[in-house]
Amino acid sequence: MHVVRVDKVYEIYKQLEEKNVLLSFKGMITSELLTTILQIMESKMDHIDEKPKVKKKVFNILVECLQNLYHHIDQDDVIHVPLEDKSALLMIAKRENEYEITTGNYMKTQDVPALKDKLELVNSMDKAELKAYYKKVLSEGSLSSKGTAGLGMIDIARKSGEKLDFSFSPINDTTTFFSLAVKIAE
Amino acid sequence: MENLTLEGSAKTPTVNFDCENGVLELKGRSIPENSIEFYKPLNDWIDAYAASPKPNTIVDVKLEYFNTSSSKCILDLFKQLEKLNAGNTEVKVNWYFEEDDEDMEEAGEDYQAIIDLPFKMIEVEEI
Repeated sequence: MHVVRVDKVYEIYKQLEEKNVLLSFKGMITSELLTTILQIMESKMDHIDEKPKVKKKVFNILVECLQNLYHHIDQDDVIHVPLEDKSALLMIAKRENEYEITTGNYMKTQDVPALKDKLELVNSMDKAELKAYYKKVLSEGSLSSKGTAGLGMIDIARKSGEKLDFSFSPINDTTTFFSLAVKIAE
Repeated sequence: MENLTLEGSAKTPTVNFDCENGVLELKGRSIPENSIEFYKPLNDWIDAYAASPKPNTIVDVKLEYFNTSSSKCILDLFKQLEKLNAGNTEVKVNWYFEEDDEDMEEAGEDYQAIIDLPFKMIEVEEI
């Protein structure tokens, strides 16, 4: 018994090819992995001579997305799921006029309302409102012991310039799977 | 006191804090998962420098990328310098950004709006 039937491997390849997936990863997000993914994406964008402006935006948003995943997975004392479930999904695709970064991770169901409110608030704001909100949280907020500033989603929305796509899939009473898609126009 | 010199890494900036010339430089990328640990020695150095600063203190920020965790630490660093400015040194900030990098230019303007220090925005071809 194979993980994937060997005659189905081409189908998986084709799916990734059709969606123009540059990089896809499912597993534990460690600090070293973050460094590696960022290096891979930088060299891929260098290789295709991506415009510096776009490269910077993709890089910045990717850093925030990855660090969101990294800090969520850090909560192993709270979420009692088997170790293999403490992994996350990351996909980066490039279409003709845009990049898309998709992430997926488990989170505590009790934290869903706060995150949902934050995402809806961010999505309701225009460029100027996002700038003002960022400055407010930056100057009034404080860092958590993990070093998070509560600015990640605001920064992602500001740099993306597009609405954030998100979804919550309940797994059981305590755990929810959170999916996020961020577009970066060229 | 001694100068603070740190070599940059994939996630942390190059630091050149020169007490003899009163020039504090941050250069490169600042994207550690938890920036508190990295910035603590910088805050400590500025505290020590505050005891006998040069008449003029120049802060050169030449960052290519910084994450939101660092953004808060950078603000705290500026707040420290803001206090220093009220004492016996005149602090000036040079905020460098690359051509077309509107996000980095805006980030400088955000700090400028929050912090009471003279900021000079400097556009360069490459950092």
